[in-house]
Amino acid sequence: MSTLTALARAQAFAEARAQPLATVRHLHLHERPLILIPYAMAGEANAPLAAMVGTDRDNPRLLVVAQPRNRDDRFAFAAELAAILIGYVDSFAGQTEAVAVDRGRDVRYRFTDAPQLWVPNPGGVDFLKLFGRSTRFRSTEGEYAVPASVPLLGRWLTFFAASAEMAGSSLLLNGVQALSSHWATGQSGAEDAQLAALMGWLDPPPGMTVFEAAAAAEDPSVAPPAGPATDPSFDNHVLAPLLSSAAPSLVALSDVLRGQLLPTWNLMWRALDLLRTLPVAARVAGRWDSDRDAYSAFVQHLEEGGPPQPRRDGAVAAAARLSRLENAATRYAVQRAFDDPLVMAEYRLSGAAFAGEVTLAKADRIDDTGKRPVLRPRIMVVTSEPVGVAAGAVLTSPSRPSQKAKVISVTRLDASAASKSEVLLELSGGMGRKMVAEPGSVPEVGERLLLTTLNEAYRPGGAFPEPDQTPWTHGGPPVPFSVSDLPDASLPDPSTPDPSTPDPSTPDPSTPDPSLQDSDQ
Amino acid sequence: MLDAAGVDKPRLAQHIGFPMGFGQSRFALARGNGFEAMLKADNCALLLSVLRDVLGLDTPSVSYDDLGDDDDATLGARHGRTRKLLAAAANAALVDHPLLTLDVAGRQVFLEPDLIAFQVEGKLHVVEIKSFAIVDGQADSAKVSAAAVQAAVYVLALRRLLAELGHDPALVSHDVVLVCPKDFSLTPAAEVIDVRKQLATLTRQLTRLASVSDLAAALPPGVSFDMAMPPADLVASLHAVEARYAPECLSTCELAVFCRHESAGHTAALGRPVRDALGGVETINEVLELAAGTRTPTEEQVEAAALLQAAARLRAEIL
Repeated sequence: MSTLTALARAQAFAEARAQPLATVRHLHLHERPLILIPYAMAGEANAPLAAMVGTDRDNPRLLVVAQPRNRDDRFAFAAELAAILIGYVDSFAGQTEAVAVDRGRDVRYRFTDAPQLWVPNPGGVDFLKLFGRSTRFRSTEGEYAVPASVPLLGRWLTFFAASAEMAGSSLLLNGVQALSSHWATGQSGAEDAQLAALMGWLDPPPGMTVFEAAAAAEDPSVAPPAGPATDPSFDNHVLAPLLSSAAPSLVALSDVLRGQLLPTWNLMWRALDLLRTLPVAARVAGRWDSDRDAYSAFVQHLEEGGPPQPRRDGAVAAAARLSRLENAATRYAVQRAFDDPLVMAEYRLSGAAFAGEVTLAKADRIDDTGKRPVLRPRIMVVTSEPVGVAAGAVLTSPSRPSQKAKVISVTRLDASAASKSEVLLELSGGMGRKMVAEPGSVPEVGERLLLTTLNEAYRPGGAFPEPDQTPWTHGGPPVPFSVSDLPDASLPDPSTPDPSTPDPSTPDPSTPDPSLQDSDQ
Repeated sequence: MLDAAGVDKPRLAQHIGFPMGFGQSRFALARGNGFEAMLKADNCALLLSVLRDVLGLDTPSVSYDDLGDDDDATLGARHGRTRKLLAAAANAALVDHPLLTLDVAGRQVFLEPDLIAFQVEGKLHVVEIKSFAIVDGQADSAKVSAAAVQAAVYVLALRRLLAELGHDPALVSHDVVLVCPKDFSLTPAAEVIDVRKQLATLTRQLTRLASVSDLAAALPPGVSFDMAMPPADLVASLHAVEARYAPECLSTCELAVFCRHESAGHTAALGRPVRDALGGVETINEVLELAAGTRTPTEEQVEAAALLQAAARLRAEIL
């Protein structure tokens, strides 16, 4: 946590009002997002209980699993979710646009739009990731066949969950993270993790202070949890009696689960409204282009009959992915700072950036010490901010990102604490091809200039061997993929041996249910 | 202090007007118990088959002792049986429902590991059964580390017991076995976890814990947590027992809501990272005054104050 963000939290508390952490919105906000609120069965490994899903604010679809421990019911739920999600995802695979690649020597196509999923919190992303893992290897043939849409759903969910790990991607977003990266509240991060408490601070109901709104949001009977974990008292007092009958009433279940999910559904749309009030940052469109690339590539992969994502990446694939994630994180951090003065302020506070006034400028300076003369203007910038760079460092300015400024010298003007520094810089690039700089390309005397060590330069991906050249230190070449290798493609689902699943609401949970003991296959 | 005095904290919280919703879903409990029962059925047949693989138990017969059978057994009696068994055992064996003790802050507390397994070479392993899933060899890291800490406590208690009985405490292995359901099934999977790091942390923490009786002696007379007392008096008593609230308390302590209310306006209530980033300044008021330059910083606050002023200037300039 930076001092700037921490100070914003302190101010939020003192003023009883959330404080901005960004002046612009750093994510792409889709015109037609799909909101998905998953609810999981407590104690089970990723057994869905219900989901509220849809693209229409006034018309959410509620999917309910009648008996979460019954395998058929679970996969029926997966098929229903697949129908909605795949229908949504496919609706963007229509119009394409041409993109020049390889310096214009080639062209490739990508879809002009891409899907965008929203879940309430990081837990929702984790749930989708695991649900993708549990469905994408399911076999569509044989004794334990599932509908063909189920493994496809698994592959899409895995795709979305993987893209959510990529910094700056807007394919799968979560409400808590999106909101708390743009505003600071006067409560702790642990409390912000509850969407209702966070929204209580950001958008309190009329007539309520933020403190009252956040306190009200902690009462699960007023603001049920945003999932995937359920409220234990709801489990014990509402759900357990309903599930205790042999054939639970779907209508009754739907009623109580709608009551639990609908408040979060409305909060999610209000959260999106709130984010929409911020103007979009300049570099968001470029990142959304990358998202559309990723989406287009995955659609193509599916069309070509590519295999499902492996359970674990091979050594080469894992290293390449890590390198891509690191590059994306660095790029996202730099882009946020370049787009947003409030984010850049973090770097100014730490000395990695400073703002100052140009006091001298020699725009026509020619350096002729080399083989041929080159244009190297010099400027002097005076700043009262801490300068954390030394001679030789190369800086850039967000207002002229293609121009490099090499630090020639840094001179402190006086020794007192509030001293000023003079920084002498030599400019190169971004001034046209002639020996005279294009007008406006060299900062003029009196201009206020921000300089930083951050730069947007292209970072090449690492060089990795082909997978079949994996060195023995990394386990050697991976075994080629084959569906029959998959652990659970044709196996029954051992968690539910037969329809006589244990009654989830056994009156005394300490009494072991004998049917569980036979469930090992 | 409250724990040592055996105070009913949930009731106390309710009584002073800061109730807290704590509890576990019966579904989660049912599954956890079901998994453990399944493993321990038929004298631990299933559990044994998993343990054979990870611990290399190669003898065909493994004795199994369940020490938790008697309903009328007092804790002390069960602990006695655990001692007796551990003093005697030499062969491969499983000990179910053992009861260990550990001195914490000058008081003896009872601990109940899930199981202790003996290996042929005489090494003892703590076996911990958990119901969270290991999917593709990976599990929730927070849950695994919690289980590791828990198992480390058992290892420590077991080592102290062996030392008392005159055995070599190193007989208790620092490798504990975690048994969890595999993937999305109830098939068990066992993983060996090295808890040396947790053990070191634990030992250090235990030696640093002040003795509870020393703490009690330092309290003013008249401090009491009798539920019959009016809430205001109870709150006054609570003030005598100083709490260091942090948001993490919310998930572990029944009185956290009260403490949060008490610490409103303190930087610690916003979380430790926030407090650290604000230079450790105690209250939010102080922070804002230092940032505005309307308060003279103390000697150790000078650096923090300069940073806060710079931060406030930057925010004001941009917004």
